[in-house]
Amino acid sequence: MDKLRLLELQKQATIIRKYIIDEVFSANSGHPGGSLSCTDIFTTLYFEEMRVDPKNPKWADRDRFVLSKGHCAPALYATLACKGFFPEADLNTFRRIDSYLEGHPSMNYVPGCDMSTGSLGQGISTAVGMALAGKIDKKDYRVYSILGDGELEEGLVWEAAMSAAHYKLDNLCAFVDYNGLQIDGKITDVMNPESISDKFRAFGWNVIDTDGHDIEGLKAAMELAKRMKGKPTMVVCHCHKGHGVSFMEDNYGWHGKAPNQEQRDQAIAELDAKLAEIEAEIAKVKEA
Amino acid sequence: MGKVATREAYGNALAQYGSDERIVVLDADLSKSTKTDTFKKVYPERHFNMGIAEADMMCVAAGLATCGKIVFASTFAIFASERACEQIRNSICYPKLNVKICATHAGLTVGEDGASHQCLEDLAVMRALPNMTVISTCDEIETNRAIKAAIDYNGPVYIRLGRLGVEAVHGEDFKFEIGKGVQVRDGSDVTLVATGLMVQESLKAADILAEKGISARVVDIHTIKPIDKDLLVKCAKETGLIVTVEEHNIAGGLGGAVCEVLSENYPCKVKMIGVQEKFGKSGTPAALLEKYGLTAQQIADKVIAAKA
Repeated sequence: MDKLRLLELQKQATIIRKYIIDEVFSANSGHPGGSLSCTDIFTTLYFEEMRVDPKNPKWADRDRFVLSKGHCAPALYATLACKGFFPEADLNTFRRIDSYLEGHPSMNYVPGCDMSTGSLGQGISTAVGMALAGKIDKKDYRVYSILGDGELEEGLVWEAAMSAAHYKLDNLCAFVDYNGLQIDGKITDVMNPESISDKFRAFGWNVIDTDGHDIEGLKAAMELAKRMKGKPTMVVCHCHKGHGVSFMEDNYGWHGKAPNQEQRDQAIAELDAKLAEIEAEIAKVKEA
Repeated sequence: MGKVATREAYGNALAQYGSDERIVVLDADLSKSTKTDTFKKVYPERHFNMGIAEADMMCVAAGLATCGKIVFASTFAIFASERACEQIRNSICYPKLNVKICATHAGLTVGEDGASHQCLEDLAVMRALPNMTVISTCDEIETNRAIKAAIDYNGPVYIRLGRLGVEAVHGEDFKFEIGKGVQVRDGSDVTLVATGLMVQESLKAADILAEKGISARVVDIHTIKPIDKDLLVKCAKETGLIVTVEEHNIAGGLGGAVCEVLSENYPCKVKMIGVQEKFGKSGTPAALLEKYGLTAQQIADKVIAAKA
C-alpha cells in the first residue's frame, strides 16, 4: 500500500472514531470501547476491500458484512454513513425513538446493513448461511464478519465454526476483535476463551494473527484470505479497546458507557489533533 | 386408505415442489426421521446436513434467506421451537426472513422416546413471536397444501408435524388458505375446535356425541396464527359452547389463542382439552392419548360434562 493511500485510510478511521464518540454522546448510551477497537477493521473493509455500492445497497453480487458483535453498531453506522449509504447528519439520531439507527443494527431499517444482529454468536452463524448461498449460486461475492473476543464464549460461535469449515466456505472471512476485555473485566478472568488462534485452527480454519490497528496488516490478511482455498479464514486482530482516545484505551469501564460533555470534548480534541497530524503528513507526502 | 404421517407428507411435498431452485433444505442429523431425506434423494445439491447443532441451523437458514433462498429447516419440534427459540426470534422473526421451520415429532404421539422428545409447548412459544405464522396440520393433503402455501408466502412460518401415521380428513380437492379455519363437520349444540391429530379424534368424538343426541360441529384450525377470528366468532354465536382440543399443553396453545379471540369479541364458555401442565412419558401413542385424556371417548365425555 502506498504511503498516501495508507494516510488517507488512517484519516478515514479517525473521522469514523469522531463520529462514534458523537453518536454515543448524543444518545447518552451505547458502546464506545468496542466500536473504537474495531474501527480500523471497518475502515480497511469498506474503504479498501469490499465490493459494495452505496447507491444499490441490495445489489445481489455485493460482498456481505455481518456485525456479529452487534453492540458495536456505532462503528458500523459511522462507516456506512462515511461510505455514502445514508447521510452523516443522521448519526446523531442514534438510539432515538424516531431513528432508524437502533441500538443494535436492523437490516430492515439501515441501508447497507446485511443482517440484524445484537444477540451474540448469531451473526457469524448467519454469515455462514450467506457464504453457503454464495457457494450454491456459484457467485464470487465474499462474506465478512466481525466478532468480539468475549463473544467467543457463546457456544453457537463454535457450531458456526464447525459448519463453515465442514462446507469449506473459503468465501467467508471473519475477524475477532481481540482486545482482551468484556463487560465484567478481562476475558481471561471472566471466562477464558484462549487460545483463540489455536481453537479456530483446530476447528479447521485458516488463521491469521495481526495487529488490529495496522491497516496494511489487515489488508494483507484479507488478501491472504482470498487466496486460501477450501477453508474459511479467521483474522485474529490484536486490538485495544477504546483505541484512539487516551482515557478510554484498555479500560473495560468504557464498554457500554457514554462520555459526559467534558469527556466528549477531550476525546474529540485528541482525535482532531490526530487528524491534523495525519493531514500534515499527507501534505508532506504530496509535496515530495 | 392407509395412514400417512404428516412428516411423511412433508418430505413428499418438498420433493414435489422442490424444482423451485430457490428452495434449500437444512436438517440437523434427523433427515431420515423428519423425512427431508425424501427431498435429498431428488435434489442432493440443495440439502445440507448441519449436524446436531440446531441453533446454527436456524441462523444459517436466516443467512441463506437474506440471499434470496426459501429455506426449510427441520428437526424435532422440541429442538426447533425451544432449543433454538432465541435464534428463531432474533435472526428469523425480527428481520422477517423467508425461513420455514418444519418441526416433526410434535406432541405425545412421538411415543416410546418419552418426555424429553415430546414437545407440548411449541405452539405457545412460536405463537408469541412477532412476524411468525404458526401452522399445525392434521393429515397428508393438508400438509401438502400447507407446504405449498408456505413456499408461496414470503416470511417466517412454523409448521408442526407428527410422527404417527394418521387417517385422512381432507380430500384431493381441499383448498388451503393460511389463516382460514375449515369446518369439517356441521353441528348446532357445540363446536369442537381442533388442530393436528385432534381433528381426527374430534370427528370420532362427534360420532359418539351424536349417539347421545348432541350435535357437534368440528372445526379444523390448521393456522394457529393468524387465527381465523371470524369463523370462531361465528361458531360461538351459532353453537354457544366452544371446546378446544389439542395435543399440546393447555397453556398458550390453540385453547389460549381461541380464548384470546372470543374473550375480546364474543365472550362465551370455552372448555379447553389438552395436556394439563404435565410432561409426557414413554408408551405407545394410543396408550399416551388415553393416559392424557385425548381419545375420542374422553373428549366426548368432557363435552357432555361441559354441556351439563
